[in-house]
Amino acid sequence: MTDIIQVEGLYKIFGPHPDKALEMLKNGISKDEIMKKIKHGVGVSDASFTVKEGEILVVMGLSGSGKSTLVRCINRLIDPSYGKVVVKGTDVTQLSTKELRQFRQKHFGMVFQHFALFPHRNVRQNVEYGLEIQKVPPSERRKRADQALEQVVLAGYGDSAVRELSGGMQQRVGLARALALEADVMLMDEAFSALDPLIRSDMQDELLSLQEKVQKTIMFISHDLDEALKLGDRIILMKDGRIVQTGTAEEILTNPANDYVAKFVEDVDMTKVITARNVMLKPREMANYSTDGPKAALHKMKTCQMSTIFARRDKKLYGVITAEDAAQAVKDGTRSLDDIIETQLETVTADASAVDIIPLLTRLNYPVPVVDDNQRLIGIIIKGSLLAGLADRGTE
Amino acid sequence: MDIYRLPVGEVIESGIDFFVEHFSFATQAFSRFTETGIDMIISALMYPPPWVDILIFTALAWFLSKRIGIAAFTLLGLLLIWNMDLWAPTVSTIALILIATLLAILIGVPLGIFAALSQVFFRIITPILDLMQTMPAFVYLIPAIPFFGLGPVGAIFSTVIFSVPPAIRLTSLGIRQVPLELIEAADAFGSSISQKLFKVQLPIATPTIMAGINQTIMLALSMVVIAAMIGAKGLGGEVWKAIQRLEAGRGFEAGIGIVIVAIILDRVMQQVGGRTKASQ
Repeated sequence: MTDIIQVEGLYKIFGPHPDKALEMLKNGISKDEIMKKIKHGVGVSDASFTVKEGEILVVMGLSGSGKSTLVRCINRLIDPSYGKVVVKGTDVTQLSTKELRQFRQKHFGMVFQHFALFPHRNVRQNVEYGLEIQKVPPSERRKRADQALEQVVLAGYGDSAVRELSGGMQQRVGLARALALEADVMLMDEAFSALDPLIRSDMQDELLSLQEKVQKTIMFISHDLDEALKLGDRIILMKDGRIVQTGTAEEILTNPANDYVAKFVEDVDMTKVITARNVMLKPREMANYSTDGPKAALHKMKTCQMSTIFARRDKKLYGVITAEDAAQAVKDGTRSLDDIIETQLETVTADASAVDIIPLLTRLNYPVPVVDDNQRLIGIIIKGSLLAGLADRGTE
Repeated sequence: MDIYRLPVGEVIESGIDFFVEHFSFATQAFSRFTETGIDMIISALMYPPPWVDILIFTALAWFLSKRIGIAAFTLLGLLLIWNMDLWAPTVSTIALILIATLLAILIGVPLGIFAALSQVFFRIITPILDLMQTMPAFVYLIPAIPFFGLGPVGAIFSTVIFSVPPAIRLTSLGIRQVPLELIEAADAFGSSISQKLFKVQLPIATPTIMAGINQTIMLALSMVVIAAMIGAKGLGGEVWKAIQRLEAGRGFEAGIGIVIVAIILDRVMQQVGGRTKASQ
């Protein structure tokens, strides 16, 4: 994947003499000290990172950590004081006002925390706004707006007034307005923070499924770690204008860069974060449906000290056999596995979270099988391995 | 000991004299031209019998406000004015207000927009507006005479000066009150300054601007009465006559006429402004 956005040594200092503040920052003087001494606010300090094509990068931090400022520096709603912001090979900081306007029209869609819908325009007119600015002819504008509305499941609401919609629906309009542009980069500023928790969770799911279809490059600001973990392919953690850690959700959770990050991630509900991949065990033996009989299966169970064994057929997971049934079959002298194999299996994929696995563990009388896309068995989960995984986290 | 007296009045007077000397030919010409226009409007309104005008105004009030009550008040109020033999002065008062308000809007709204967009201009114009609004209204009448002569044009000039501040102030306020996030949204989608102004800022500021225009109309109405002193006819002229002749009854009749016109204009404008707000 190629880098769509490259940010290098980005600073944003609010105040009339940024040079002075910059020098103090470089001498290791803290943001608070600088505020006290020369009354300059440090928004972003020495930020460098890249955003890859088609990924969701979540910028996370508490309020005042500079995450909003950082994202606004990307499309220059806020002009950075120092540093480079290269988007698709163009240094945005060098653009003239007119060039910047055109660049924004072409490359940036933005979604806002409080939706920022225009109250005097109906839903479709809101979605059309960006196209209207680009002087797209009305018929095409309408077509693209309706398409975007369809993408966010609001088809048919085009003529409604914005204020008639619920918060969640309003933000879908905000999303559609950004989608209609067909820009490649989406900047989402706490897009779901103003919604109530249930709707927020729905919107996150929808964003993820939408993203599978449209494959935008998304920078998503959030102060909510659960949201960051759910949405982010990678996460940037900010504190006092600085980037403290960059990495995948698991890297940040299992290996916090410092105490601040560790504190931040302490409260995360691990059942949502731990996935099957982290806790599954390699199956030591499998029965082969085509060649093994009950006797062979029983023998394999004994060698790996298990009371059940999974069987494969043409390399695919086919069924499960318990030791009890196998022993009975051996006694009766049955040759085939057909009578004792249970083929109605419940399986999970490697991405399944502990929340989904736990109920299966309590219900099934065999370990939870983990399969890949080709239905091949890649691991099994037993109660012990999951509990160990949950307890283990962050102790390294 | 003599204290030096600052020549404030002298400076202003010589300034005005200077302008009168060099520009009054233009303002006098403008005055004659405008006066013809005003006369035309008045005679157009006076051409049909009063009841036709009254019905037209009633229909207009209903069309703009969509309120039966306001339309009924307009009908009854204007009939009362006709009945008191004040129809002709009322028509000239309405004509003066219409022209003065139109000018005030044409001057005030653009200045208000500019004041909202330019911090420097905002800082310059704010104290000037304060001065314009606290200066006693009568003072504006004095320079109006040398520039425009006695009569309706001078009255309109002083009325415009007196009534333009709220249009400027509330236009600027309305635009400044547009939420930052909406401005950011307009910018983020690559709007130019004029696209942002006409597609976002002005439509959202409209209710506030309408409130400013309503205030402008009310101030214009009060000034038109005062301007009777320099020869503006109309209801104000009737009041002025009544003062000179000490006819309390006649004075109150004209005063009631002014009140009726004021109420009609205010209610209709409030409905127009309220509707733009409700449609958002």
